[in-house]
Amino acid sequence: MSIWDWSYVWEALPYLYRGAIVTVQATLLGFAIALVLGLVFALIRQSPNRYVSIAVTEIVEFIRSTPLLLQVFFVYFVGPQFGIVIPAWTAGIGVLGIHYAAYCSEVYRAGILAVEEGQWEACTALNLSRQRTWRAIILPQAIPPIVPGLGNYFVGMFKETPILAAIAILEMLQQAKNFGAEHYRYTEAIIMAGFFFLVFSLVASAIVQSVSLWLNRRYHLQ
Amino acid sequence: MNEPRIRFENIAKRYGALTVLDNPDIPCNGKVMNEPIVRFENVTKRYGALTVLNELNLSIARNEKVCIIGPSGSGKTTVLRMLMTLERINGGVIWVDGEPLTHVQKRGQMVLASDRHLRRVRGKIGMVFQHFNLFPHMTALQNCMEAPVSVLGLPKKDAEARAAELLEMVGLSGKKNHFPIQLSGGQKQRVAIARALAMRPKVMLFDEVTSALDPELIGEVLSVIRKLGAEHDLTMLMVTHQMGFAKEFSDRVCFFYDGKIIEQGPPDQLLGNPQNERTRQFLSAVLEANS
Repeated sequence: MSIWDWSYVWEALPYLYRGAIVTVQATLLGFAIALVLGLVFALIRQSPNRYVSIAVTEIVEFIRSTPLLLQVFFVYFVGPQFGIVIPAWTAGIGVLGIHYAAYCSEVYRAGILAVEEGQWEACTALNLSRQRTWRAIILPQAIPPIVPGLGNYFVGMFKETPILAAIAILEMLQQAKNFGAEHYRYTEAIIMAGFFFLVFSLVASAIVQSVSLWLNRRYHLQ
Repeated sequence: MNEPRIRFENIAKRYGALTVLDNPDIPCNGKVMNEPIVRFENVTKRYGALTVLNELNLSIARNEKVCIIGPSGSGKTTVLRMLMTLERINGGVIWVDGEPLTHVQKRGQMVLASDRHLRRVRGKIGMVFQHFNLFPHMTALQNCMEAPVSVLGLPKKDAEARAAELLEMVGLSGKKNHFPIQLSGGQKQRVAIARALAMRPKVMLFDEVTSALDPELIGEVLSVIRKLGAEHDLTMLMVTHQMGFAKEFSDRVCFFYDGKIIEQGPPDQLLGNPQNERTRQFLSAVLEANS
């Protein structure tokens, strides 16, 4: 038996292809949730109402301080005991999104706090509404600098998608493992999965970098 | 003695084609017209245990140009920031154009005003900051268009025309598509002045607008302010360290010390022949620094 057998590579490809689609879908959908919900968390934390902002701060802290796997288990296995049945796919992507939203909200917050106080004051002096201030003045300055930070979580989340295997979602690594189990041969499939994760991560980083560059140029920030 | 103190007869005022006043005889008993546009009434401001302003009383007449001078920490910038609602006041009332700024009168009592009231009254005031605070992601023109479009609801075309006109007035028609980062400090400050004027305020506040500028750029900003004072009906309230400018430009100079107005009067008198010992000390220190 050779160390590397190309015939297994061709045989494993369809498995990995199916798994890769699931992995990429889960990452993109999950991250979309994380981006939007993270911004919502960050904005609510800036609320002038102290109780509201403290409540959200605590929620974010709670999510960040417990394992992702535990949260997935909780929603998928504990939920049904109270009559809350959520399909694996929805539960998986939802929890992934919410978990990373907590991290992203911290990044957004750093960006928002980095906008100079004078910008807020100019908005008050010009009588801009609160909504317009956020949308037209603060966020266009807060977000471009934090794109690399958000991008880190994008890649990080992608690499954590194998956790979804725990609730029977056939993402790429699980497909590779299944292939190995069926053929008593793990080398090619596992290495190919690893190779794909590497390539996707590098491509994602490059995309994040060019988005960051483009945004900074678009908004004439340094 | 029923003879009014001020009488207008056949007064007309036109700006180009626009007739602002065309009234042969405005009934004026000296009350309405003499009402100050801004009045601080026993205004107190505290930061924790520190009292920055203590029961300040200050009235500013329509179209009056007032310069505020004083050592740092004397509360002079706080006066402007309270008027712009950037700082809450802890006591007293600020009146703007006959209305309380942060309160409304309800059943004879003063209660905190709604956001709507605040925004309406605040619309009469414009402010220029020491550090410009231009929006860095917008061109000079966009900086001057943002608020007229989104707050006043002006059509984009009109806002652009007005912004271009104002930028021309401050001598920057050639820079309207430049971003703040591409402008010098003096140019930035002139854009900031145009941006504030685009909202057509009745009162303009200038908070140490030349303090962050290189010495050779101060002149261009001051000459814009000078022009503004000469050509427009604007009440101007200015915190400054430029004594020469205060002397030639203002109708009145107020000297702040320790949260109080210690001395005020016409610039010639206050700057030329100050009565208070503290004023004298301050002025001689400033003169020494500038010589």
